[in-house]
Amino acid sequence: MRGQFPLKMAVGATAIMLLAAGCSGGGDETSAADAVISIGLGEPQHLIPSNTTESNGAEVLAALFTPLIDFDADNKPYTVAAESVESTDNKVWTIKLKDGYTFHNGEKVVADNYINAWNHAAYGPNGNGGSYFFERIEGYKDLQSKDPDGEEGPQKAPDPAAKTMTGLKKVDDLTFTVTLSEPFSGWRSVMGYTVFYPLPNAAFASEGVLKEDYEQAPIGNGPFKMKGTWQHDSKIETEAYADYAGEKPKVGGVTYKIYQEQTAQYADLMGGALDVVTQIPIENLASAPADLGDRFKTGPNSVFQFVGFPTFLPQYSKVEVRKAISMAINRKEITDNVFRGSQSPATSFVSPAVAGYRENSCGAPCTYDPAKAKADYEAAGGPKQIKITYNADGGHKAWVDATCNQLKTNLGVDCVGVGEPKFADLLTKVEKKEDVGMIRLGWIMDYPLMENYLGPLYGTGGSSNYYGYSNPEFDNLVKQGSAAPTEDEAIKLWQQAEDILARDMPVIPLRLGQNVYGHSERVKNVEVDKFQKVEILKIEATS
Amino acid sequence: MFRYFVRRVLQGVLTFFGATFIVYALMFANQDDPLQALAGERPLPENVRQALTERYHLDDPFILQYGHYMRGLLTGDFGISLTNRPISEMMAQAWPVTIRLAVFAIIISALVAVTAGIVSGIRRGGIFDTTTLVITLILLSLPIVVLAPLAQLLFGVQLKWFPATAGAEPGFYQLMLPAMVLSCLVIATQIRVTRASVAENLRSDYVRTARAKGLANRRVIGVHVLRNSLIPVVTLIGVDLGNLMAGAIVTEGVFNIPGVGFNLFRGIRTEDGPLVVGFVSVLVIVFLVVNLVVDLLYAVLDPRIRYE
Repeated sequence: MRGQFPLKMAVGATAIMLLAAGCSGGGDETSAADAVISIGLGEPQHLIPSNTTESNGAEVLAALFTPLIDFDADNKPYTVAAESVESTDNKVWTIKLKDGYTFHNGEKVVADNYINAWNHAAYGPNGNGGSYFFERIEGYKDLQSKDPDGEEGPQKAPDPAAKTMTGLKKVDDLTFTVTLSEPFSGWRSVMGYTVFYPLPNAAFASEGVLKEDYEQAPIGNGPFKMKGTWQHDSKIETEAYADYAGEKPKVGGVTYKIYQEQTAQYADLMGGALDVVTQIPIENLASAPADLGDRFKTGPNSVFQFVGFPTFLPQYSKVEVRKAISMAINRKEITDNVFRGSQSPATSFVSPAVAGYRENSCGAPCTYDPAKAKADYEAAGGPKQIKITYNADGGHKAWVDATCNQLKTNLGVDCVGVGEPKFADLLTKVEKKEDVGMIRLGWIMDYPLMENYLGPLYGTGGSSNYYGYSNPEFDNLVKQGSAAPTEDEAIKLWQQAEDILARDMPVIPLRLGQNVYGHSERVKNVEVDKFQKVEILKIEATS
Repeated sequence: MFRYFVRRVLQGVLTFFGATFIVYALMFANQDDPLQALAGERPLPENVRQALTERYHLDDPFILQYGHYMRGLLTGDFGISLTNRPISEMMAQAWPVTIRLAVFAIIISALVAVTAGIVSGIRRGGIFDTTTLVITLILLSLPIVVLAPLAQLLFGVQLKWFPATAGAEPGFYQLMLPAMVLSCLVIATQIRVTRASVAENLRSDYVRTARAKGLANRRVIGVHVLRNSLIPVVTLIGVDLGNLMAGAIVTEGVFNIPGVGFNLFRGIRTEDGPLVVGFVSVLVIVFLVVNLVVDLLYAVLDPRIRYE
């Protein structure tokens, strides 16, 4: 009886192998142009353009929609669905649409599709996550209303004064104008973002109200259309749209397979059940280059990781202290050892994903120099204990601890990393002005302009300026840059503003993100852009 | 028997309300800013906060929110999740796949555990017994967070015997590997219980009597020993079924199965109260029903047990 067990197991194993062979042995008769490829994805939160500010939803919408503006390799904007985007004063922008584009249901794309979509997006009570992108447009404020007694109070917010923005005007079927409340030279680039896609009339149940189930099968104006509906937690299937007027895709369809864990995506890529993984998880980075060979790829993205010094903490108020801490951090060691090259050292206050980026604009303070750091730190009387607060749910412990160890060794101080359960908890502590020490922060751009880093991160009252940095001179330069007549002049002014940051050191730039992606042998020409999206028009099937 | 049944059902109703109340209170205490959790690290625009707060009644006090939720629950309305999906729809998708996975795992574990347990119970101290002891020790000491990715790497990625992940609508073959991994959670205990129970019964008086009156060994073990030995095992398997459904969080994550465990994890991570409470409520019912069935089965299997 004992002897029979191994035999049984062997028989079972053979049966399973035969079964496996039978499953995968089916011939692939379709040609490369009709091939359906698969891309790994996390479950999107929404598939309504104006409510999509996270990367999963944006990835799918990029296949279903065509933007007015896209960006070339140098981050310069060029028109796609727009024939031209022009302005003489950077305040009134005239947008001419290309003729011939249709939505997937056959509707012709006209100016009203943009105007209606944008008004819906900006209307406060609709609660769209991307509505703040429209705040530069004239009349945006009239579409908002404030709860008279705050969130906790019993009263409800009154209806806003208007339902449409005065800054949006139709000229003819294919032309409309956007009037901004203040001149902004970078508006062309802003319109490249996901929230600026048009919506067909079929999306609306009545004027200004979207159909409940629109996002289950969004109808767009893009190269791919939905095949069936969004199968939550499972997959989203698309197929090439035959009547697409723009550049045709090179594959017959894209299936977005939804995963909860990135490691499962990677396992499926290795197992042959998935074609593209856009972000290889850090657990697999050690083996991925060997597993994938030349199908393992890296490229820059817009992620910028840094630590900020809350201005209410007196121990970091001296700029020499801040610079010395920065000098004592060996960024390269951390990106190589903790992140295994999936991130690279940052020595500027903006990401290389934007036009106007200069390498090492931070200069000496971001160059590793432990001896000088220690001397400066002691001369300036830096604190005996340094604290770094981070959110524990984001995988930050390893590098925070590594940074702390470097500071301990190089500055001879005590350093602790404190993990808060969630990012919101960290923010709460900052709001209460508790002693949080340095705070870990990160930023992904919305549109490729220096202003998208400078304004929100370092501007007075900027949306993500949690540390409270404020310098009127800096604010002024950013503002002048935004109002500059040309983009080149804008960049010059913004670079001057960045120089002020290098002087004031309100944050320590630490790392730049990298797309670390891989694909199967079934596909080629796979590129992941700076927005962490697969270049959907370039990807091809090999057979 | 009938009175016992009614009493148990009434107790079940009480347990159900108590459990949902506690879970709801815990989720409420854990909830600090679910809307911010939804937005990640991005600042949440004021208008969005305002609109969503109203939609999900987040500004109501606890007891009102709970009342609101329970009223929905009792009329069969589980509410909507913070990502704007009806929770009943998410359940309809998650439960069938988790039930399939758990039942599959139970069948595998029961088959293996009962067979191995009986054999090692009869031949105590033999090579087979020692080997199973070692294997069960290894299985017991390997946490599932190690076991699941290891099995996936070995059998899914390298040997390619099984698909690496199962997906949302897995077939029998796709579910095989996750079910085997999941069954490892309970298999070790089941083997030990079966073995102990068989060993104990072999020494009992009635077996000696049966042997003394000249019954064939096959009949002694097959009819007398087995029937009595399996009573505790059946109980254990029943209770395990509930455990497996609730405890599949890791396995479902690794093998990408959007079932109950995954939804619970997502709900906790995004501070999505209605989502978590909805799933837990159903889990509570599953536990109550399974326990009741097991207790009733006990009486059927063992005539000595009578319920009043």
